Parts: sequence; C-alpha cells; structure tokens
Amino acid sequence: MLTKELIAKRIAKELKDGYYVNLGIGVPTLVANYIPDGIHVTLQSENGLLGMGPFPTEEKVDADLINAGKQTVTTLPGSAFFDSATSFAMIRSGRVDLTVLGAMEVNDKGDISNWKIPGKMVKGMGGAIDLVASAKNIIVAMMHTNKGGESKLLKECTLPITGLNCVKKVVTNLCVLDVTERGFELKELAPGVTVDMVREATEGRLVVEGDIPEMEL
Amino acid sequence: MEKVVANADIAVQNIEDNATLMLGGFGLCGIPENCIGALVRKGVNGLTCISNNAGVDDFGIGLMLQQKQVKKMISSYVGENAEFERQLLSGELEVELIPQGTLAERCRAAGSGVPAFYTPAGVGTEVAEGKETREFGGKTYLLEHAFDADFAIVKAWKGDTDGNIIFKATARNFNPMMAMAGKYTIVEVEELVEPGELDPNFIHVPGIFVNAIFKGTDYEKRIEQRTVRSS
Repeated sequence: MLTKELIAKRIAKELKDGYYVNLGIGVPTLVANYIPDGIHVTLQSENGLLGMGPFPTEEKVDADLINAGKQTVTTLPGSAFFDSATSFAMIRSGRVDLTVLGAMEVNDKGDISNWKIPGKMVKGMGGAIDLVASAKNIIVAMMHTNKGGESKLLKECTLPITGLNCVKKVVTNLCVLDVTERGFELKELAPGVTVDMVREATEGRLVVEGDIPEMEL
Repeated sequence: MEKVVANADIAVQNIEDNATLMLGGFGLCGIPENCIGALVRKGVNGLTCISNNAGVDDFGIGLMLQQKQVKKMISSYVGENAEFERQLLSGELEVELIPQGTLAERCRAAGSGVPAFYTPAGVGTEVAEGKETREFGGKTYLLEHAFDADFAIVKAWKGDTDGNIIFKATARNFNPMMAMAGKYTIVEVEELVEPGELDPNFIHVPGIFVNAIFKGTDYEKRIEQRTVRSS
C-alpha cells in the first residue's frame, strides 16, 4: 500500500515536459517534490502565479507572495504574476495541461465530489468547480476508502457534486485506475496489494483485464 | 477632481449601513487592512461583503464578523474562520458560495459593462440551481451575472495621486477587477507618489476607475501558512 508521499510520487510520473500543471491542496501539492529529472514543468497557482518555486528561506519570506494554499512560496526565472480573472481565463480556456485534485468521492462515470459535506463542512469550493469544469486532464489523488473503511470509488456520488464526467485517472493507496466508459479500469497495483483487495474496496464498476502489473515507483 | 484623501476613516465615510462592498485579497494576502479597521471603528452594520475569503477570527474581514457588521458574505472559500462558521450555522449570517473563477469573472464583468456571461463552471452542481443554461458547441454553460456593488475597497502596492495603481506579486489577486467594478472605488496603497513617477507601461489599473486613494499605515501583512525551507 502507498503512503501519501508515494501516491504523489506515482502521479509525478504522469508529468510530461512542457506541461502547465495545477496542484490542489494536500496530497496533490506533494507531487511538486517528485518532478522527474530532465523535464520542465510549470506550476500554476490559481491565486495568480505561473512558475511557482519552492518554499522560501526564512530571509526570503514575503507576505505578498503565497500560493493557493496560502503558503509562502517563491518565484523562479520566468515566473509571472496576474490577477484572478486572468488565472481562471487560463483554466477555463484549457491552457492547463494537468490538474491534480483530492476527492471525497469519485464515481465510475468520472464525477467528483470534493467540496462539501452538508451540515458538517461548509468551507466552500474555492477554485475546484472551475478547475474540474474545464480541465482536459484530471487526476485524483486520494485514499481508496474513507476513515470508516467505506469505498470512495462509487457507483454514484452521495455528496454534492463538484463536476461531472471529468476525472480521467485515480491514484489511491491501493492502485492506479483509468476512468473510461466501462468504469474504473485497473491499471497498476501498489506493492503488496492484490486484485481482490481492490475489488473489496471498490463499490463502483471495476474492470480487471489480464495481468495487472505492480506499479513502478 | 481630487482623489487623495488623508486616511482610511475619511475614505470610508460615505459607506452607510446595508451597503454592498467588494473587498480585495486572497486569504490575508492583499487585503485592505486600513479600510477594514476604519469600517470597524465606524461601526456600519448590515453589510454585504463580496470577497474571496472571510479573513481569520482576529484579522481581515474576521474583525468585522466579530462586531456582527456583516449580514451576508459572498465568497468562494471561508474555511479558516471559526466565528464565521458559528454565525453561519446559527443562521446569523447569510452566505453565498461561488466558484472562484466565477467570482472573479462576475467582478470583471461588472467593471467592463458586461451584464452577464456564460461559463462552464458549476454545470451539474448545486451552483447551477435556478440558473439559465445554454449549449454552445455541444457543451452546456451557465448564465452568470455581473456583481452590483456600491463600493470596492482595494489594496495596491503603489499608486499616484491620479489613482493609477500597481500591485505586488500575488497580492494582486481580486484587487484589479474589484477596483474596476465598484460604483465608488477606494484604494489604499503602501506608497503614494506624484503623477509621472510611475512608468505608464506598468500601471495595472488606470486611475479612471479610482475615486479615492490614500497612503495606508502600519501594515501587518499577516501570513496564514508560513512555510520555509532550511537552506
């Protein structure tokens, strides 16, 4: 089974040279730590920064320079600042090549719920609804089951929807799945995980064809 | 028309109870600290605030929430504020949550003479409830309307006495569109200079959109998530 760090590391293997990438808060942010050598990826932060650099050293902390998670960050050579309307112009017009998000639920049609638990969590959607409405390529990073052990890969989402038919791939602590017309297609297993363990933990339609390889990390 | 005012208290003096305000900022970055302080001192109530976030308990719009000055918040994310959550769950505070890009575009439309626009964000979600939809090129879009705000309250880095303003780094965020969208726009700046001192090539919002400008003081610029690396 994968730790959160290893989920991020596996997703980083999906990055390609020249990609513009938006990383959500939480596990998706960790993907930035595993960008493969030899490729150039530009991180977009929807509060108005293209070309997000690492955290600053203590002397370089600037309250006016944060990412969408409100963390202090830095720029890189070639970075650009812009306003929020321009930021979402990039997102809506499909310029961002890859979006990595966390989720509470994903269904086998690629619908995603990740912004609200009625009566409990009412923090707001931030930019998630805009991102999923327009992104060409969305990968979800999440645990396969919730804290109660229930599947998060469902036939139908039970929580309020963030976007319809938009998730292309899910990487969990158990496996890598592609979301296609047939449902969740099992592509790779995490070390130590069997197909039966994935079946047990997946409520939505699961497609298993041939030998499923162990993922390379 | 003289745009320069002496301080925040004078800048907000025309804001009355039940006004609709736009307040710039993302989290606590690029928020109009001086004007928020002045609104708390003035004690206006029943405000509708359009702002991406609602501050934290003891800073930003959180200071206005503590004094129960806000009737309604229109935001995309309000997660960092316990007092906000308490008022929301108890029904004291009305909240409209809007996708962040739609929030930005509704500001931009308001400042651009565009009454409404179609966006893909929110189709198939509760955001779409009660909204007109239309298909373009086989894809469904929602009709969203421009905001209608009495005042925009904006924080910039540098400005001149004609109201031309420049923002710094990610403190820009919602400030430029809000500056354009207010029926009356108030700008607080860290540096206020004479006309001619700012390079016209680098103006972010031209002074035509600005009604009042002043040099702010004592900026705290609080950081929500101070993240550093060792070397």
